Amino acid sequence: MAPLLQIVDLHKRFAELEVLSGISLDVARGEKVSIIGPSGSGKTTLLRCINYLEKPTAGHVYIDGKLIGEKQVNGNYVHLSDRELAKERQEIGFVFQRFNLFPHLTALGNVTIAPQKVLGLPREEAEARGREMLTKVGLAHKINEYPERLSGGQQQRVAIARVLAMQPKLMLFDEATSALDPELIGEVLRVMRQLAEEGRTMVIVTHEIQFAGEVSDRVIFMDGGKIVEQGPPREVLQKPQQPRTREFLKHIQER
Amino acid sequence: MYFLHVLEAKGWYFLTTLLGGWPETAGVAAASLVFALVVGLFIALLRLSRWRLLRFPAIAYVEFFRGTPALVQLFVIYFGLPDTGFQPSPLQAAIVGLGLNGAAYLSEIYRAGIESIHRGQMEASLSLGMTPASAMRYIILPQAIRTMLPPITNFAIVLLKDTAIIFAVGVVEIMALARNLVTETLQSAVIYLIAGAIYLCMTIPMARIAARLERAKRAWQ
Repeated sequence: MAPLLQIVDLHKRFAELEVLSGISLDVARGEKVSIIGPSGSGKTTLLRCINYLEKPTAGHVYIDGKLIGEKQVNGNYVHLSDRELAKERQEIGFVFQRFNLFPHLTALGNVTIAPQKVLGLPREEAEARGREMLTKVGLAHKINEYPERLSGGQQQRVAIARVLAMQPKLMLFDEATSALDPELIGEVLRVMRQLAEEGRTMVIVTHEIQFAGEVSDRVIFMDGGKIVEQGPPREVLQKPQQPRTREFLKHIQER
Repeated sequence: MYFLHVLEAKGWYFLTTLLGGWPETAGVAAASLVFALVVGLFIALLRLSRWRLLRFPAIAYVEFFRGTPALVQLFVIYFGLPDTGFQPSPLQAAIVGLGLNGAAYLSEIYRAGIESIHRGQMEASLSLGMTPASAMRYIILPQAIRTMLPPITNFAIVLLKDTAIIFAVGVVEIMALARNLVTETLQSAVIYLIAGAIYLCMTIPMARIAARLERAKRAWQ
């Protein structure tokens, strides 16, 4: 079966700085892939290129075999219009490090706005779905709270519910727990673990090595804009082959 | 004192005469405010566009209308437009002139408000499948409006006071009536002070609204 996500020779350059130097990666349907690596290794940029928050300098991204962010016209690749791109992004959920909840909307408002304005669901239907998703992340009692009245962990769970309400084919997590106080990390990881068990396709950029080892089918170690090593967590995390991987893991454990 | 004597003898007559121009003053202020609110938003969105071809005319517009006197702009519209075959009425010229001028200032207020919203808000909206236009409408502007309301109210106060120059294109408002009265009675001090008092009676409540909005904004953030 064709991979759900296919990344082909992706490059991203910011002025003189090459952040991604030729990343190719296939993710199967239902597969959980964790990406680890030092800061500046290009993990976040890779994730942002998948849903075209960053335009890749070269290379292509496919979801379900469909080209993302561009189309071929007479053999040339052309960037999509805002409307076409928006349509493709509906299928790719993105969870941000800093949550990015909408502060002028309640938890339920945050979760229902896109289903209403993007999918065109009637209000009642969107709210029913929103309630279901907020219940799923354990926040049924916070439905009418504004984000500023929620803890970081609760905000991130609302952000996850907001993504779930769009029923994406693929979920991307960009260091979803890095901005949280240590005691709030667990509740977010629990929700992510639950999603993993449901068989969703997830690409997780994280510094939580232990969590990555437990939930992922595959761990990827990135450094300097390249994939240095990848494989089952047991291999990459326990018996890394590459010296850079070993060094990084040693660093993390000493923390 | 002579001043008080005049005020006592003629004050009521002066006041009621000047108030005859109140509808014109308030009407032009309100109409040009609406005009400026709409055109200003349009200019601000052009100014924030990704495309230089759209940004450039917006920048030129703002520079032109902020860099030349409002009176000159009014004269160009009222005395200049007839050369192209269209003769605006004094009211039309005043509303369009002050409106176009105000749009330049308002577009900068809008722009600052929109830019004050964190980039993550737009990114979150886009990642949920919204187009940039619907993200602006449902996510960015509703937040920005709370930041923008106090400066917009202050702008409305300035606009109201600026209507005092539109007598120059023939609108018979408070200042025009005051000048007529002065020519007639030569009581400059009393008449112009009464005119000033009328403006104050309109601007003070507006300033209080602005202050209240400022407090409300802080409570929300």
